[in-house]
Amino acid sequence: MLNWSAALSQFLMNLGLPQEVALGITFFIGALVLASIGPVLALVLIHITRKVISRIQDRLGPNRLGPWGIFQSAADAVKLLSKEDIRPAEADVIAYTMAPLLAVFGVIMSLAVIPFANGLIGVDLNVGVLYLVALGSIGIMSALMAGWSSNNKYALLAGFRVVAQLLSYEIPMVLAMLGPVLLVGSMRMNQIAAFQRLEIAGFNIGAGYTAFIIPAMAMIFFISALAESEQTPFDLLEAESELIAGFHIEYSGMKFAMFFLAQFLNSFFLGAIMVTLFFGGWQGPFVDQLPILGVVYFLIKCFAVYVVMQWVRGTFPRVRIDQMMDFAWKVLVPLVLLLILWQMVALKLPVPTWIQYVSVFVGNIVVVGIVLGVLGRYFRGEQLRTKRAFEPKSLIGTMQPAPETAGD
Amino acid sequence: MLNNYAFVLILSVLAFVLPTTAVVLGWILGPKRPDPIKVSTYESGVETIGDTWVQFKAQYYLIGLIFLIFDVEVIFLFPIALAYQQLTLFGVVATVTFVVILLMGLFLEWRKGALEWQ
Repeated sequence: MLNWSAALSQFLMNLGLPQEVALGITFFIGALVLASIGPVLALVLIHITRKVISRIQDRLGPNRLGPWGIFQSAADAVKLLSKEDIRPAEADVIAYTMAPLLAVFGVIMSLAVIPFANGLIGVDLNVGVLYLVALGSIGIMSALMAGWSSNNKYALLAGFRVVAQLLSYEIPMVLAMLGPVLLVGSMRMNQIAAFQRLEIAGFNIGAGYTAFIIPAMAMIFFISALAESEQTPFDLLEAESELIAGFHIEYSGMKFAMFFLAQFLNSFFLGAIMVTLFFGGWQGPFVDQLPILGVVYFLIKCFAVYVVMQWVRGTFPRVRIDQMMDFAWKVLVPLVLLLILWQMVALKLPVPTWIQYVSVFVGNIVVVGIVLGVLGRYFRGEQLRTKRAFEPKSLIGTMQPAPETAGD
Repeated sequence: MLNNYAFVLILSVLAFVLPTTAVVLGWILGPKRPDPIKVSTYESGVETIGDTWVQFKAQYYLIGLIFLIFDVEVIFLFPIALAYQQLTLFGVVATVTFVVILLMGLFLEWRKGALEWQ
């Protein structure tokens, strides 16, 4: 098995360095590479986003600078660098300055446990999945800090919305992450990816995705990831018509760029986590013979998921805030809890493993069908009870019929 | 084992230095011509009225509380998931009961109207 840190520190030790120094240099190089992936990746992602969305909207997108306009994002970054850094007079200086830094910090930290190929992972923590869950909270905190410290009512309101949305969708997302952990019995990201091999006649075609066993969990994770990365069906926090721009109204120049960077990277990394947990990570044909191929497979899958996210963004209208909260708490959470319940029971059935997997799969489909059926009936009944579904909830019962005038 | 966290520590320092460098660079390169209008609160050209840090609805607080309950319960589920393959029948029954209680708690919150957004 290829393990970059062991190999590099061994090489340095052979040069005559003591073990601690060799390990330190190795880790520093690895961390530097990972940290600098971020900004470069963000430029690529912004270009992809612009191209995909302009294609959906029947436009050309950036096409002036360089072939297919690939230097446009870099030019924009340089432009942002030369912009004035305006700080509102009454802002809370410390929180205002820390917020964009923390946003990027939380996102880059999650790179540490993402396996790019077998063994090519920053550090294979034994609490990998939990580590990712913990890092999710830093983004929430930075958004709230930015909203609160800007001394702007719209920013504050957006900050509250961010917290409500991200907290609500964190529960189904984390519970959906429990599915692969239950199957594999490990929280190491590399081990979860390694588990998803499929051997046919002794040859690993690398397509034993957990998404084939627990498709409903993968779907729930994807929906929650859209909400967590503040993508369009759930982008209430920057609803332009209501909140001007969201929690970063008062930010300009490079600080604004940091929020932008964090948002793009966050949606990509959530896609990468989804690929690792549900779509095999670096698994693919010939990956046993040539481990470095894993990088190619992994990146192809990640960018595919990212393009699908942008596709959703270009297609769906924005939901209302009460619909969004209802969807998280009344649909996704019960659904994912029932799925986990069934998976726990099915994995303990006294039958061969493959029958267990088939029963988990069938259970997934059945549970989704039943829950959506029951909830659909419930919500339709709710709509009938309130008679006029388009009426705001706060006005229900307060509207009186117009008094009948005699002799009319 | 502790070596792993050394890597996380180094990465955390770099992950903090990188955006700081960018922000400081932007601060150095950008013009600095603040004036009272520019640094005032931006509300699409409307004069801001009153204090910003006003009271908002308590619903956000309620959502925070429910999240806290669920998040702690999730933290309990992860160790169980790790050891699930070695669990005995008693452990399985206990886990299933735990998840069922979670579900019942959710329905209780639903019935009590804590999940209604208004």
